[in-house]
Amino acid sequence: MKITLLDYGAGNVASVERALQRLGAESQRAVTPECVANANALVLPGVGHFETLIRALDERKLRAPLLNSIHRGVPFLGICLGLQALYVGSEEAPTMVGLQLFPARVRSLPAVVKLPHMGWNRLVVRRSSRLLDGVDADAYFYFAHSYAVIEPGKETVASCDYGKEFVAVLEQKKMCAVQFHPEKSGEAGAQVLRNFLGMCA
Amino acid sequence: MSLARRIIPCLDVDGDRVVKGVNFVGLRDAGDPAELAARYNAEGADELVVLDIAASRDQRPTFLETIRRVAAELAIPLTAGGGIRSADDARAVLRAGADKITLNTAAVARPELISETSREFGAQAVVLAIDAKRHGDEWMVMVRGGRDDANMNAITWAKRGVALGAGEILVTSMDRDGTKSGFDTALTAAISSAVSVPVIASGGAKLPDHFAEVFTDGHADAALAASIFHDRIQPIRELKEFLYARGIPVRLPC
Repeated sequence: MKITLLDYGAGNVASVERALQRLGAESQRAVTPECVANANALVLPGVGHFETLIRALDERKLRAPLLNSIHRGVPFLGICLGLQALYVGSEEAPTMVGLQLFPARVRSLPAVVKLPHMGWNRLVVRRSSRLLDGVDADAYFYFAHSYAVIEPGKETVASCDYGKEFVAVLEQKKMCAVQFHPEKSGEAGAQVLRNFLGMCA
Repeated sequence: MSLARRIIPCLDVDGDRVVKGVNFVGLRDAGDPAELAARYNAEGADELVVLDIAASRDQRPTFLETIRRVAAELAIPLTAGGGIRSADDARAVLRAGADKITLNTAAVARPELISETSREFGAQAVVLAIDAKRHGDEWMVMVRGGRDDANMNAITWAKRGVALGAGEILVTSMDRDGTKSGFDTALTAAISSAVSVPVIASGGAKLPDHFAEVFTDGHADAALAASIFHDRIQPIRELKEFLYARGIPVRLPC
């Protein structure tokens, strides 16, 4: 199965592409609504600003096909900003409307710690999931962000504690998202991507 | 639960080769960038930095090709810099496969470069590199590969850089660089306590104790070194095991 990467002009598309390649998966970049609508599996990579991502999705008319695909049960993986985009909005860009799949708002991590939260951190696993299957409980993942979802919901699989506990992994049926960068997280990250590919098969 | 301290090998690149020198002079060949990158990725490095030390306009395509070759070997973050003078330069480096850029001389000349790149690529992608040298009781910023004094206090510059949007500070002690006598923990601690972003310490590392010192006394979030890793004087795995035994949180390679 071919994985479709949403390419909205920003983000870490190339890194994710390379990581999937290393795992033997085929991928293609989607820039049009048709590509997104026809995808059999979708990855929304993301680094940078919430506003840039949401604007790009709307300007390229990718919002509707993306939501349709997710509702139809097409396997989806959001990475970093791609996790944050699933919520109603973000403090980073208060006027921008997120994909509204979950009711929480993305908040700034508290300034009691150094921000951005940049580097390798561990997870607090709350329940079993397909995405973290076979991942060592002590595994470190690479994070690079200042904003996060601090209100966990029933979709939350694992959180991470940095200044405050925040959502690190979510999974609801075949909709998954991670706040860390699996494509930059060594073997632990590769296992998460492998698990996602397993959901796509 | 705490963030792991990072160990970062640095590849100083001239064209398509890794080079090394003492106090920024007397360069010698130290290998192929992609081969070294693959080795460090496997040995448990937490991140890799690639710096174009020549940073000349005509060498640019070669450097971008080097970034592409290095990025292809990595499952860890890659920072690249040297000669980035505009948002366009930064974009080219990020598109070639880097996750972050370092800004140095060009940011001193035109500080808005920090805000421009931070706005476009996010603060997490912008590392302000500061080469600092002790003058009396303060540290001064050096530019152009350490050749010129920028006539600016390093702590003040670090704070200003963060206010402009830098997401991380890479501070190199020009006094310690290449000496293998240990990091300048006083400099690192001074920068670390002055800014709200992570600080990478660089210059002078040799012994595992040097790394332990810079993480404890120096309050560094990450430590960078070059030749001791290239020459296998200090294997990364052993270094991390040493730090772990000292109670310093590190990501142990499997």
